Amino acid sequence: MTALEFRNVTKRYRVRGAQPILALDDVSFTLRERQTIALVGQSGSGKSTIAKILTQLETPTSGQVLLDGKPIPTRGRGLRAYRQQLRMVFQDPFASLNPYHSIRYHLERPLRLDDVVPAAETDAEVRRLLERVRLDADAVIDRRPHELSGGQRQRVAIARALASRPKLLVADEPVSMLDVSIRVGVLNLLAELQRDEGLGVLYITHDLATARHFSDEIMVLHHGRVVEQGAADDVILTPQHEYTRALRAASPDPEKHFASAPGIPDVRTANGGAA
Amino acid sequence: MTHALHPRALAKANPMPDPLLTVRDFSVEYDVTPPVKAVKNVSLELQRGEILGLAGESGCGKTTLAYGVQRLLRAPAVITGGDVVFHDAKGADIDVNTLDADEMQRFRWDKISMVFQGAMNALNPVATIGAQLDDVFLVHRPDMGRAERRRECEELLEIVKVGRDRYRSYPHELSGGMRQRVMIAMALALRPQLMVMDEPTTALDVLVQRDILQQISELRHEFGFSVIFITHDLPLLLEISDRIAIMREGEIVELGTSRDIWERPRHDYTKKLLSSFPRLTGAKGVLAR
Repeated sequence: MTALEFRNVTKRYRVRGAQPILALDDVSFTLRERQTIALVGQSGSGKSTIAKILTQLETPTSGQVLLDGKPIPTRGRGLRAYRQQLRMVFQDPFASLNPYHSIRYHLERPLRLDDVVPAAETDAEVRRLLERVRLDADAVIDRRPHELSGGQRQRVAIARALASRPKLLVADEPVSMLDVSIRVGVLNLLAELQRDEGLGVLYITHDLATARHFSDEIMVLHHGRVVEQGAADDVILTPQHEYTRALRAASPDPEKHFASAPGIPDVRTANGGAA
Repeated sequence: MTHALHPRALAKANPMPDPLLTVRDFSVEYDVTPPVKAVKNVSLELQRGEILGLAGESGCGKTTLAYGVQRLLRAPAVITGGDVVFHDAKGADIDVNTLDADEMQRFRWDKISMVFQGAMNALNPVATIGAQLDDVFLVHRPDMGRAERRRECEELLEIVKVGRDRYRSYPHELSGGMRQRVMIAMALALRPQLMVMDEPTTALDVLVQRDILQQISELRHEFGFSVIFITHDLPLLLEISDRIAIMREGEIVELGTSRDIWERPRHDYTKKLLSSFPRLTGAKGVLAR
């Protein structure tokens, strides 16, 4: 059973001519296979720093990142093997796919680089991946990213992440750039893949509503510290920390909004005012 | 302040119709092959002081409609029919379609202003925000002196809580939320009667978003302008809007108060949209996990 552990991770960014920024302050958590953890917090709370350290784009200032109890390799073959286990889906499907290359190219690259299947089976595997994310392989395989919709592009990005058959997936705001009507479809797809492939998913978002429904656990990050962590429903429905309550109060919640006395909607009174 | 709060400004205070903008049978086509009918015979009446939400998925025509009523569309978009009448607070009705270029130049920003999507891209990165605010007055209020313009700009920065000391800042020196406030200051500069806001908070996190929405609501009460608020974030729209128009394939399929849209949606598409977002505190529903 694959488990990735953050143990007392601290990250400081040095800033020229200013105090260092403490991006992560003693963060510890464990992400296991078959588990989805949502990481929530506002801009600048350290969410993306966690993703960067997980993918080894940054190294912690202190503390450890352990894969199955062993420190993760920081270079060479070991690092590549580690990255094969953990893949990322980025926020912006318009920026994360190369406009010069076909969809086929995007999916062939990881298959070849990681020797996932014999060369002769590459085409079949690309098609299988596309079908896996519910795209019509014949219709999209030779297209370029700009010919696809945002939702289709994000499905391609998910297929690419799955190509090397990872155990863990980091999804950094995977649906925030997509239309509301498409978001649910992409999240449901991610949930289904997570179940079927037994993936561990770290879902980074500032959308509390999807965090609640999509994850087993929620971790709330504020100024680089984990201020609250627990079962998804508990964190959202009975938040303990003041900051979690502020986040919740700021999230649009028509249920609560219209439960109040009838009248003209007014954000000044909605949800008991802003945080 | 150029003019005080209009006595009939608050839709809340006066349920009698007091239209600011009347749109009749408005149609826009994109003249490509094959032609795309982006807005089809839309009619609506916007009340003075009202926040009207325009909701619908990408490509439903909501942005085309909001830009079209100000004649802000360019080729290949063509307005193929309909009238837009602006009922000026000063009494005269203005038929937007008949204005010539000079009249249009005076009309825009003075009567209707815009807050664009993505303040990151809407502000000029090599000019200070002070200079960009100043431009508004330079163009539209040529009689104003330099010192007077400066005073107005600083006051605007105070109103939107960016602070006058940011007058000399460049956009990159401000956070996303502050940049969006500068955009609002700019839209507010000439005290327009209508502001069109196109996804003004989409790129911001929830706390900043809530702050800005609250500010829009306060300014609306203070200055009495109407708002056309475009977003695909229906939960947000339900909270901020007085009425909501649901658009689909260029048509308004349903128009009603936010509460009616939420509690008694009539059109199947409205019901589908409502069910497509997960509830923060309600039952699990759409996300199957």
